[in-house]
Amino acid sequence: MAVEKMSIAKALNESLRLALDNDPKVLIMGEDVGKLGGVFRITDGLQKDFGEERVIDTPLAESGIVGTAIGLALRGYRPVVEIQFDGFVFPAYDQIVTQLAKMHARSLGKVKLPVVVRIPYGGGIGAVEHHSESPEALFAHVAGLKVVSPSNASDAYWMMQQAVQSDDPVIFFEPKRRYWDKGEVDTDSIPGPLHKAVTVREGSDLTLVAYGPMVKVCLEAAAAAREEGKSIEVLDLRSMSPIDFDAIQASAEKTGRVVVVHEAPVFYGSGAEIAARITERCFYHLEAPVLRVGGYHVPYPPARLEDEYLPGLDRVLDAVDRSLAF
Amino acid sequence: MTVESTAAARKPRRASKRTSAAKKPESAEPQLVQLLTPEGERVEHPDYSIDLSADELRGLYRDMVLTRRFDAEATALQRQGELGLWASLLGQEAAQIGSGRALRDDDYVFPTYREHGVAWCRGVDPTNLLGMFRGVNHGGWDPNSNNFHLYTIVIGAQTLHAAGYAMGVAKDGADSAVIAYFGDGASSQGDVAESFTFSAVYNAPVVFFCQNNQWAISEPTERQTRVPLYQRAQGFGFPGVRVDGNDVLACLAVTRSALERARRGEGPTLVEAFTYRMGAHTTSDDPTKYRADEERAAWEAKDPILRLRAYLEKEKFADDAFFTALDEESETLGKRVRETVRAMPDPDPMALFEHGYADGNSLVDEERAQFAAYQASFADSAEEGK
Repeated sequence: MAVEKMSIAKALNESLRLALDNDPKVLIMGEDVGKLGGVFRITDGLQKDFGEERVIDTPLAESGIVGTAIGLALRGYRPVVEIQFDGFVFPAYDQIVTQLAKMHARSLGKVKLPVVVRIPYGGGIGAVEHHSESPEALFAHVAGLKVVSPSNASDAYWMMQQAVQSDDPVIFFEPKRRYWDKGEVDTDSIPGPLHKAVTVREGSDLTLVAYGPMVKVCLEAAAAAREEGKSIEVLDLRSMSPIDFDAIQASAEKTGRVVVVHEAPVFYGSGAEIAARITERCFYHLEAPVLRVGGYHVPYPPARLEDEYLPGLDRVLDAVDRSLAF
Repeated sequence: MTVESTAAARKPRRASKRTSAAKKPESAEPQLVQLLTPEGERVEHPDYSIDLSADELRGLYRDMVLTRRFDAEATALQRQGELGLWASLLGQEAAQIGSGRALRDDDYVFPTYREHGVAWCRGVDPTNLLGMFRGVNHGGWDPNSNNFHLYTIVIGAQTLHAAGYAMGVAKDGADSAVIAYFGDGASSQGDVAESFTFSAVYNAPVVFFCQNNQWAISEPTERQTRVPLYQRAQGFGFPGVRVDGNDVLACLAVTRSALERARRGEGPTLVEAFTYRMGAHTTSDDPTKYRADEERAAWEAKDPILRLRAYLEKEKFADDAFFTALDEESETLGKRVRETVRAMPDPDPMALFEHGYADGNSLVDEERAQFAAYQASFADSAEEGK
């Protein structure tokens, strides 16, 4: 058994190291990923150990990073690219959406594009604008992409392995404010598939559905609700595309009440998709409408207001109360 | 913005100057590498000598004639409603055949959507090019069988794929090269600039082959650039060369030289093939609305096929029997293209759900099952009606 306690950041670093070790075709690319080890140090030490040909500092051009990664993948490489922050992915959005996502289909399956796009995302670190956004729905809406986000160190470690091994492009959203949260990682025990949701807390009165940075908030909310005698189940989606609707359905039918929680704006967000599906699949099991807690339809606010914008414990508990009141 | 440029922007200007931004670049056709004049005279160039046998010259002529015939057939098929759209290469045969015949089998090509002549050189069956224009697929060939990537519609996107692929070639230690095709309009795209940056920084073995056909739909080259396009390369740190794009010999010689340079590990080259799109941008376009007849007439005098024919005849490299046989071959090709396109079936509806993901996807599985049940419901009701 190789169980080790490590931060999400360290787990990602170890996982990338393992990927580089396992497969000479794996490359790391991005701005500042080399000597600096990335602005969050996720690639710390990798260039030192694997060299500049495997861990590649790139020009400051996001479209170029993803576009050349596509070319490298066509040549047989498996690039893992880092976009420095969520708000900086948009110059690469065209390459991701019109090229990366579609080339497999366009070639009738003849070419595969095993590219991982790592994006540190979400708020809560007091950053300036364009450094705190949650654009996952924009990617999940695009066929051809997988979109995932780990919430803990073990998932960070294993989901990265699975993403690198995937023959499909994976948008890998890393919850940046959780980078320093520690958890146990069993480096021998391979978990379930990348697209499966996991029940991280059992409960019987209501289900909280979350992913990435919001899983921790939901676990805290469930613990607080327990003190008031409420039994809350927490489902960690892990994958936003595809979504494990079977797991959501099973939990919704068990508890009859669902609240979906994410940082991204509620409007047209992943919560809307989940709520609609639950209604379609288990209408007669529901005791209350599916509620959503998330960001507002405003630009991500300046840091001194982000606590108002981001769903916190109280907003989640308020939604729990509203659901239970039906 | 720098302090200087801010100051410059604030400087008052006369209104006439402000509105006359789109001045024609100073050199209309300077420094063209040319080996065959529009009259079919062979000329020498100090840097790009080429020595081809009569057989090879006839081969280039045949390629251009058959490509033009195929293109004409496809245009006709669009007019007959067999294709939804066609992007003609009429006038650009020399640029495509010259550069295409400079390639080795192990080189890799990233085309736009107009490289029918290059596809011909790569051995892609021309009828395969028509699937996407008929609407039955997004490209009907395996890119790796011919080292010819799928057509790319988003302008300039493929130049980055070429740069990345070339980075991979260099990593592999292979001595093949990569060529990226794009147009004068694409030169304005950020992706093209980024591909120049990446390939220069990593010294990637890639040739950027810009077919400057003077028009990006209705926008003339002077709306894309204030300097001759080949000069762009200098700012990125690699050579740029302008070649007579209607001269198949010069296109072959210049591309060959650029590819050899890439193979030697000396990095990218930008080749600007100065040519002309004789027809419309696509069959949806109407060039009479934005360009003068005289302009086309001037370029007709530089026709790439006529000038090689003049040379072949003058030097007695080809006789009447050759031209007659080629005419027959052209007709046979046209007939085959016609028949193949008309016989091209619509894809099976279930193909909607094929190939979205290599690894499969639970959402797609669910939707496929729903669609199959929906389709089956029609079959049931039809049977019930009997």
